[in-house]
Amino acid sequence: MEIVRSQRQLAAEAAAATGGGGAGALPTYRVAPQLEVRLEEFELFAIDRLRVLKGISDGLSRGKRPEEMEKLVSELWKAHMRHQDPAETLNKDIISHFVLRLVYCRTEELRKWFLSMEMTLFRYRFRLESPESQRLLMSEFQLPYKALPHSEFEAVKDKLSQVARSIGQSASVESVFFKVPFEEVPDLVASRRVFLSKGYAYVAMSQVVSLVVTQFRSNISKALVLTNRKWTSTIKEQEKDRLTPIVEALSNAYFGPDYSQPNDAAEISPKDIDQLARTSFPLCMRHMLEKLRENHHLKNGGRMQFGLFLKGAGLKLEDALTFWRAEFSQKVGSERFDKEYAYSIRHNYGKEGKRTDYTPYSCQKIISATPGVGDYHGCPYRHFGEENLRAALNNMGVSGNALEGILDKVKNRHYQLACTLTFEATHNVSCDTGINHPNQYFSESQKVLQAKNQTVQNQSST
Amino acid sequence: MEDERAMEIDGQQQQEDTAAVPKGFNADYLRIYYGKLFPYGDFFKWLCYGNDGKHPGCDQSYIGRRELSFTLENDIYLRFQSFDSAAELESSIKEKCPFKIDIGPVYSVDPAKRHAYAQSGNNVFAPVERELIFDIDISDYDDVRYCCSGADTCLDCWPLMTIVIKILDTSLRGDFGFNHILWVYSGRRGVHCWVCDSRARKLSNEQRSAIADYFRVYKGGENTSKKVSLTGPVLHPFLARSYTDVLKCFFEDKLLHSQQLFSSEERCNKILELIPDENVASELHDKWQGNRRSSISKEDVNAARWEQLKMTLQSGKHKAQGLRRCVEEIVFSYTYPRLDMEVSKHMNHLLKAPFCIHPKTGRVSFQLIPIIVMILILRLFQLYHSY
Repeated sequence: MEIVRSQRQLAAEAAAATGGGGAGALPTYRVAPQLEVRLEEFELFAIDRLRVLKGISDGLSRGKRPEEMEKLVSELWKAHMRHQDPAETLNKDIISHFVLRLVYCRTEELRKWFLSMEMTLFRYRFRLESPESQRLLMSEFQLPYKALPHSEFEAVKDKLSQVARSIGQSASVESVFFKVPFEEVPDLVASRRVFLSKGYAYVAMSQVVSLVVTQFRSNISKALVLTNRKWTSTIKEQEKDRLTPIVEALSNAYFGPDYSQPNDAAEISPKDIDQLARTSFPLCMRHMLEKLRENHHLKNGGRMQFGLFLKGAGLKLEDALTFWRAEFSQKVGSERFDKEYAYSIRHNYGKEGKRTDYTPYSCQKIISATPGVGDYHGCPYRHFGEENLRAALNNMGVSGNALEGILDKVKNRHYQLACTLTFEATHNVSCDTGINHPNQYFSESQKVLQAKNQTVQNQSST
Repeated sequence: MEDERAMEIDGQQQQEDTAAVPKGFNADYLRIYYGKLFPYGDFFKWLCYGNDGKHPGCDQSYIGRRELSFTLENDIYLRFQSFDSAAELESSIKEKCPFKIDIGPVYSVDPAKRHAYAQSGNNVFAPVERELIFDIDISDYDDVRYCCSGADTCLDCWPLMTIVIKILDTSLRGDFGFNHILWVYSGRRGVHCWVCDSRARKLSNEQRSAIADYFRVYKGGENTSKKVSLTGPVLHPFLARSYTDVLKCFFEDKLLHSQQLFSSEERCNKILELIPDENVASELHDKWQGNRRSSISKEDVNAARWEQLKMTLQSGKHKAQGLRRCVEEIVFSYTYPRLDMEVSKHMNHLLKAPFCIHPKTGRVSFQLIPIIVMILILRLFQLYHSY
């Protein structure tokens, strides 16, 4: 791709030759096309695509179902990327993707986010394509899977039907199946949506999306690592007066606060924690504090989720050690605490091992946790049974219509919205941005309470 | 024979000496174990996976890229140990006498040289191969066994581990096509599974995660009382097969009785908690309240109440949502394998090596062969019940 300040060649011609969407609609970005791009478009196209990706990220964290996501993707694409001339759309599509690769290749966390969003975007765009187009795309990914021959199909038909019924589909609709090594379809295996036999998964045509998306993800993932190498070794320096400032600005502009560096003004100490939990902790953290006080212990998942949250809220390392020691020593003794647990606390603060300063978990990460026997972490709106959740919310002072509203959101799997409603009910304010991060809940809560205090002070001084 | 006669002749003294053999872990015995019993050759040969041969396909660097980690006395922890020969491994173990040996992955380069590759920041030092592993602890079943808790185990609850082996082993072979599967007693409170096929060793973290999720039914956490939820009009063939071939009869023929699951109000309530319909649960509760006649022997109570529960839930009278699979959910809750998901998901997870001595119990982590385990348990059961 050549960045110039003059005219440009249309993407369609270049794209057709290099994986830009043989079927005309959905490019696979396998190779950077030979095009010229105007400098202004470089930035603008990337920003528009970022709006789409950010919208997808939002939709995912709000727990939208597949049908809703499909609709959302279609709307976002139309709003930000579509052009009257389909060739222009394709042009923008390809260019914006490759520009964002530069922006998001530079750290592990950025790569993970970009990969996840592009994968989701691709998945839903693929679903919206015609069966013909889908089949063409499959072959483009060189998925050499032939349809199951009739004789083999007959032999496993009953099992295939059983699997279909087990996931709520009708028993006998599909007749085209592919037999693929189970390694190729991890998400179908994980959710038991395929029949497995002797290392092969029997994948229905309708599930093919999964196959394609896995390949897509793998291609982009490898490409990102290569892009990063090229960026670090040559491009960044070469482009320091032209593209580099744009690239760096783009990633800063769109990467939300991660609470890894709490501002110095916000400091908390162990003696404040119980009080703060009552007024400002989200339910997940309140719960873990309660269990910690009760059992004088938390398993690893809980220690990570709660410990990093406290760090993000402003608990310094020495205070953290004091806090955890005070509890754990009541169960395992302070010697064992120092031997077995202190290390990993220091590790979380970046003082041991590879010295990564770990980031407090976002809601998305917490929601996707898998608490096991003896665990108290995870997202209460997702992981609590209804009875437990009701009781917990009552303890927070939430009842009546507000409580029912929250439980309704939970039933529809909108866990973060449920938490947002809890925030609104307990603080008597509305929270338009929605809760995405436990530390956000905490800092918003502190803001509200400080504003209230301020008002009270102002009133009492007049 | 000679010793026995010697004991009689010398009387008291000899008997005291014999009685002085300590139970549990002992560092001196560890030294002797490493000196005379630890199977260095076989252990090394296993981990080489044939690369210690002479033919051109063998990768001479392979075994030297495998990480082992030693935990020494006083909790000194040595990671990234690697060895190029069985002799080297043997002398290092004998010299250091590690209290614990863990096996890690095979890396892209010799772990001892990892720092040389760390600077480029491109993850050139990364795991490339690792067995697919599973770790099951019987202490994770504390909420469904009344005979023991924590690290203790007995003939009544150990069969839960046998069940794990039956279900996973069958699936790993039949569904996933693996053949080289090693089951090991962990030395304390559970079993480990090492799937050693080349195909298994090359799995990515994502694929390992997928397999672990495939096996996951019990969604634990202390935050909810109902941890098994089987939705859908029918079960996936894997779950259906597990139920009809293994879990159902184990629950009804063995566990009901060995754990006396309905013999007290508290225990009954625990099961009733798993029924999502309040009305059905209280109906059964009331029925059993009235039935506490002493004429019913202990044996009958469990079987009888289970039959009543099944009849009530499956009668078709209660077609409510959520009751459909309730009987199976109860059986699964009590018997289905509870895996430690984190162990299986990551290639770089360190797991205790087979044939080691467990530092808390002093027992050897030895190999179990599924059929033999079942026969053993069965024999022990028969012996136990014949008293």
